[in-house]
Amino acid sequence: MKPDWQRGVFFAAALGMLAAIVVPLSSAPAAGLLARPGLLALTVVAAALYGAAAFVAPRLSIAMTFAGVILGCFVTLALLRDDAVAGTATWGFWLAVVANWIAAWLGVARLAAVRPQEKSAARAIDLAIPLLFGAFLFYLWEVAVRGFGVPSVLFPAPSAIAVRFAASLMMLWEDFFQTFILGVLSGYVIGCSAGFLVAVIAHRYTFLGRGLLPIGNFVSALPIVGIAPIMVMWFGFDWPSKAAVVVVITFFPMLVNTLAGLNAAGYIERDLMRSYGAGHGQTLRKLYLPAAMPFIFNALKINSTLAFIGAIVAEFFGTPTRGIGFRISIEAGRMALDVVWAEIALAAIAGMAFYGIVALAERATTFWHPSYRT
Amino acid sequence: MTSSALSSGRPAEIRWHPLIVRYAPVIAIVLAIIAIWYVAAVLMNMGIVRSGFEREETPYTIADLISGTLSAERPLLPAPHQILQTFGEDVFGWPVTSPRSLVFHSWVTLSSTFIGFLLGAGFGIILAVLIVHVRTLQKSLLPWIICSQMVPILAVAPIVIVVLGSIGLRGLLPKALISAYLCFFPVTIGVVKGLSSPDPIQLDLMRTWSATAAQIFWKLRWPSSVPFLFASLKVSITISLIGAIVAELPTGAQAGIGARLLAGSYYGQTIQIWAALVAASLLAVGLIGLVDLAERWVGRAMGART
Repeated sequence: MKPDWQRGVFFAAALGMLAAIVVPLSSAPAAGLLARPGLLALTVVAAALYGAAAFVAPRLSIAMTFAGVILGCFVTLALLRDDAVAGTATWGFWLAVVANWIAAWLGVARLAAVRPQEKSAARAIDLAIPLLFGAFLFYLWEVAVRGFGVPSVLFPAPSAIAVRFAASLMMLWEDFFQTFILGVLSGYVIGCSAGFLVAVIAHRYTFLGRGLLPIGNFVSALPIVGIAPIMVMWFGFDWPSKAAVVVVITFFPMLVNTLAGLNAAGYIERDLMRSYGAGHGQTLRKLYLPAAMPFIFNALKINSTLAFIGAIVAEFFGTPTRGIGFRISIEAGRMALDVVWAEIALAAIAGMAFYGIVALAERATTFWHPSYRT
Repeated sequence: MTSSALSSGRPAEIRWHPLIVRYAPVIAIVLAIIAIWYVAAVLMNMGIVRSGFEREETPYTIADLISGTLSAERPLLPAPHQILQTFGEDVFGWPVTSPRSLVFHSWVTLSSTFIGFLLGAGFGIILAVLIVHVRTLQKSLLPWIICSQMVPILAVAPIVIVVLGSIGLRGLLPKALISAYLCFFPVTIGVVKGLSSPDPIQLDLMRTWSATAAQIFWKLRWPSSVPFLFASLKVSITISLIGAIVAELPTGAQAGIGARLLAGSYYGQTIQIWAALVAASLLAVGLIGLVDLAERWVGRAMGART
C-alpha cells in the first residue's frame, strides 16, 4: 500500500516541476523557463529524477530525490535573481517550490525509514535528517521572502542576514565579547560554583539542607530576571551588573540540583563507605560527588541557557554602547532588522556552542551513567 | 524521605515531631535571610543617609543613622517592611482600574500570561502528538525544537513586538505570542515523553485487541501522558509569566509588571521595583497553585489514588 501512495506523490512532484515550464512564473512580464535553456534542462532533469525515483529501490530513490531537490532548489533560486520574478512570483514558480518541498519530504521520510546495520551509519543518518530538514527550512524561508517580495524591513531573507553577518564581524565580535565573555561567562562561573559550594555545605549540615532545599525550589520558580533593574542600579551599566544577574539566576538551579544529586547516593554505598571507616571528606570525593555528577551537569545545562537570557534581559535596562541585547533593542528601533537577525544568529550560535560544550563535558565525565549505555 | 535518611546515618538522639523536622529549618533560614537583609540594608544605605545628614549639617547619632537607613525614600536596598508597606499601598491604596494600582498591572501581565500559556500549551501538545505519530517529524523536527531552546529566545522578544506592531498587531497578542513561544517547549518535551511512556506490553495488548491508532491514543497514550503533562505545565506557566514580563520591557509598555520594573529603574524608585517583584512572585506562586489544583481535580476524575 504505502509505496503506491508514495509513488503517486513522486509523480505529483515530477508533474509540478514540468508544469512550472508552461505556467507563467511571474505576474510581471518575465521570460518563462522555455526561454532559459540552461534552467529548462535542469528542471527537466529534476522532474525526470522525481519520476524515476518512484520505480527504483528505496536507497537509490533517496539519492535520486535529493539530487533532484538540489537541482530544483538551484532553479528556483536562480529564477529569483531575475528582478522580473522576485517579488511578483506566481503559480509557475510556486508549483516548482511545492514540488521540491514534497519531494524533499518524501526523501527525508524514506531516509528516516532506513535502518542500517552498522551503528556509525545509523548515527550519520540521525545527524543528516535534521540537517537536511533545517537546510530546506532555510530554503523555504529564502524563497518565500524573496518570491512574495516581503519588505526586508519586516522579514529579511537568510541570504541578506548572512551578508550582513559577514560584513559586520567586528561589531559582532565586540558585542559577543561584551555580553558573552564578560557578562555571561563570569557570572556563570561564579553563580554555578557558589551554588555548588553552598550545596556541599548544606549537604554536610542536614539542618541547613532541609531549610535550603524548599527555599531553593521556591526561588527557582520565581521570575528572577526581574532583579535586573536592581542589579543595574547597584553595579552600574557595564558588565558587572549583567554578571550579577547571571550569578543570581544560575545559583538556585545549581543549589537545588546539586543537593538532590548529593542525596542520590544509595544506602548500601554509604554503609560501605562507613564500614571502610571513610571520613566525610573521603566519602564526598569518592561517593557523593561522582553520584551527583549527572545532576550537576543537568544544572549546568539548564544554566547555560538561563545565563544567556539573564544577561540579554539585563542589557535592556542599560548598557554601555555595545552588547547583544543593546544592539538588538537599538537596531530594532531603527528597523534595521538584518542587523537584529545577525545578532540573533550570533546569539543562537553562541548559545548552541555553549550548550554543546557543556554536553560534551558531561559525556566525558559521566560516561558511566546508564543513559549513555546503549 | 525519613529523618534518619537525611541525618546521613547517625543515630537520632531526640525524636522530633515530623512537622517540626519539616518546617523548623525552613523558618530558621527565612528568619536568617530577613536578619541578613536588615543588616545589609543598614550597611548599603548608610552612605546615602550619612551624606544627607552632612549636607543639611544636622548633628546625628548612630540611632538616627540606622533609622534613616531603614526609612530612606530611595534606598539602595529597601528594608523588607518598606517593601511590604509599599506593596500594600500599591495593592489596596488605589482603585483597581487606576494605573497606579499594582492590581491593575498584575492583571495586564496575567492576561497575556494566560493567553500565551493557552496558546503555547495547545501548540506544544499538538506538536507532541504529531512527533509521536510521525516518525519523520520525530527525526527531523525534534532536534530543531531542542536547538531552538538553546537560542536565547527572549532576545527575539523586542523584534517580534516591533514587527507585529508594524503589521498592525498591538496590545495583548504580541506579548502573548512571546509567552507562547517560550512555554511550548516544556509541554512538547513532557508530552512526547508521556505519550511514549506506555510499555511495549500495553501497546501489544492494544494491538491484539486490534485497536485503531485513535483508540490507542485516547485509551492508552493520552491517559498515561497526563502526569507528564501537568509536570510540564507547572514549568511552562512560570516561563509564560517571565515571557509576559520581559515582553513588556522593550516597547516601554505603559502597563504591566514589566513596565512597572522599567519605570522604577528609570526614576530610581527602588521600593517600587521590589514591590513589583513581590507581586510577580505571588503571581508565580498562585499560577503554580492553580495548575496544582487542576492536576488534583483531573487526577481525582481519572480515579488516581491520592
